[in-house]
Amino acid sequence: MPHDAIPQSGIHPAADFSLRRVGAMVLRYWYLLRGSWPRILELAYWPTMQMILWGYINQFMASSSGWVAQGAGVLVSAVLLWDVLFRGQLGVSVSFLEEMWSRNLGHLFVSPLRPTEWIASLMVMSLLRTLIGVLPAAALAIPFFGYSVFGLGFPLIAFFANLIVMGWSLGLLIVALILRYGMGAEGLAWIVVFMLAPVSAVYYPVTVLPGWLQTVAWGLPSSHVFEGMRGLLYGGTLRWDHLAWATGLNALYMVLSVGVFLYGFHRARVRGALLQTGE
Amino acid sequence: MTEPTPYPRPAGAAEAAPPSVAPAPAIAATALTKLFPTPGGGTVTAVDSLSFTVARGGVTGLLGGNGAGKTTTISMLLGVLLPTSGRVDILGVDMARHRHAVLPRMNFSSPYVELPHRLTVRENLTVYAHLYGLTCVKKRVQELAEQLDLARFLNRPSGGLSAGQKTRVALAKALLNDPEVLLLDEPTASLDPDTADWIRTYLERYRARTGATILLASHNMLEVERLCDDVLMMRQGRIVDRGAPAALLARYGRTSLEEVFLDIARARTTATGADTKAEADAAE
Repeated sequence: MPHDAIPQSGIHPAADFSLRRVGAMVLRYWYLLRGSWPRILELAYWPTMQMILWGYINQFMASSSGWVAQGAGVLVSAVLLWDVLFRGQLGVSVSFLEEMWSRNLGHLFVSPLRPTEWIASLMVMSLLRTLIGVLPAAALAIPFFGYSVFGLGFPLIAFFANLIVMGWSLGLLIVALILRYGMGAEGLAWIVVFMLAPVSAVYYPVTVLPGWLQTVAWGLPSSHVFEGMRGLLYGGTLRWDHLAWATGLNALYMVLSVGVFLYGFHRARVRGALLQTGE
Repeated sequence: MTEPTPYPRPAGAAEAAPPSVAPAPAIAATALTKLFPTPGGGTVTAVDSLSFTVARGGVTGLLGGNGAGKTTTISMLLGVLLPTSGRVDILGVDMARHRHAVLPRMNFSSPYVELPHRLTVRENLTVYAHLYGLTCVKKRVQELAEQLDLARFLNRPSGGLSAGQKTRVALAKALLNDPEVLLLDEPTASLDPDTADWIRTYLERYRARTGATILLASHNMLEVERLCDDVLMMRQGRIVDRGAPAALLARYGRTSLEEVFLDIARARTTATGADTKAEADAAE
């Protein structure tokens, strides 16, 4: 049937935000993931190795350090929660890089897909990848070391949510940098998060840091999460002040990182980078 | 190859003006300009004040040498490249302000923009079918696979296909939403003559069946002569001439579009047709 023969009645814009298009992109990344068992194995491999390594360190330190002995599983909890942040960031960055490696951005953005829908799909995939990576490690900690991170209860959900959201913000900033500087900036996806590890006070209290670095640390949601975790393990109570700070800072950073990403995307359209990116 | 069947318009696809009102051109570019910065701090003009319209239902060729601005123009028409100045309207919709209203009604294919290699053909087409808001996705994918002779490859990774098979997959992706405006960047580049002919035949039938508007950039003069009823000749970011293939041949006093192309690429004639082949040859 010729197009002109179709009854016509003016322009109706496509939905501003479509869950179906978000679902389509999640499907795209899921197809990629399920098509390669080594990729799925790799997701769980490093968190499990880290958990085993830090579990034995935890056991050894507990016998020689009162601080570690008092906080049962403090190092195992720390390493598992750190992996939530790392995997959360990596989940966003790597899913984005998949589009760069396959030179698919040109097709995606001549389709009705909106950048905000793409962001949402990157976050969903990050959540899936993080769960696939961290859950087996957390489960294995129980038979290995007789310690269950799930014993943290409801606060664990709050810690997890704050760390993964921080990972998303970081991931989006890295994506914006790759859009700006091209594949030469690809390595940032694997290294940037480790710049934050010392000031996130993952394995030690923030007070260990020099004064000026403590100021930096309190500006990171992750420091509040790890302090909150230690507060729970040592004092048995949830520090709501740390949780509130982590949530507030995350909200701020998320707005900023989405803004930076959308600006980076706009600049990529100005430079023509969407059709030219690739290895 | 089986005969294509009409496909219902995807959800969210906008409609055009009622029959009593003259429809807007399928494509309208107005004073379209694109400058790119150079490493020295200056700018290079890729497209220079380009203005043209493409009527609905036609096949228009965009011809020009390397660097003439064809791909830049197509990228701006699609909205993946923002113009430095000027305006693009597709099906009467301003692409700068309402791009997402018209994207469900158009599509694009290029051998230089690939589909994910590790996904199978079926997976790639399924993802894009959902992105375009199609209903009955499985049926549509199967239908296109049969029309484009892809059924045997549906479960194979896209990256493992031959150039001709990849081109057919890219075309299938471009036709998923039965687009009213189809932009093709060198649709038969690096294909053997048999496969290229097959693609051209398919495009001819698609246009005849749907009345779609097709704009194709090509270096293949025979392809342009065969498919296009209008040709835009580009050089250095500008349209230097325009007309039906037969009219261009007559204007330049040539027997093939390739000769016309060479005349224009080498700037031997003017758009007014004042110079002739004999004059151009004499000038050499």
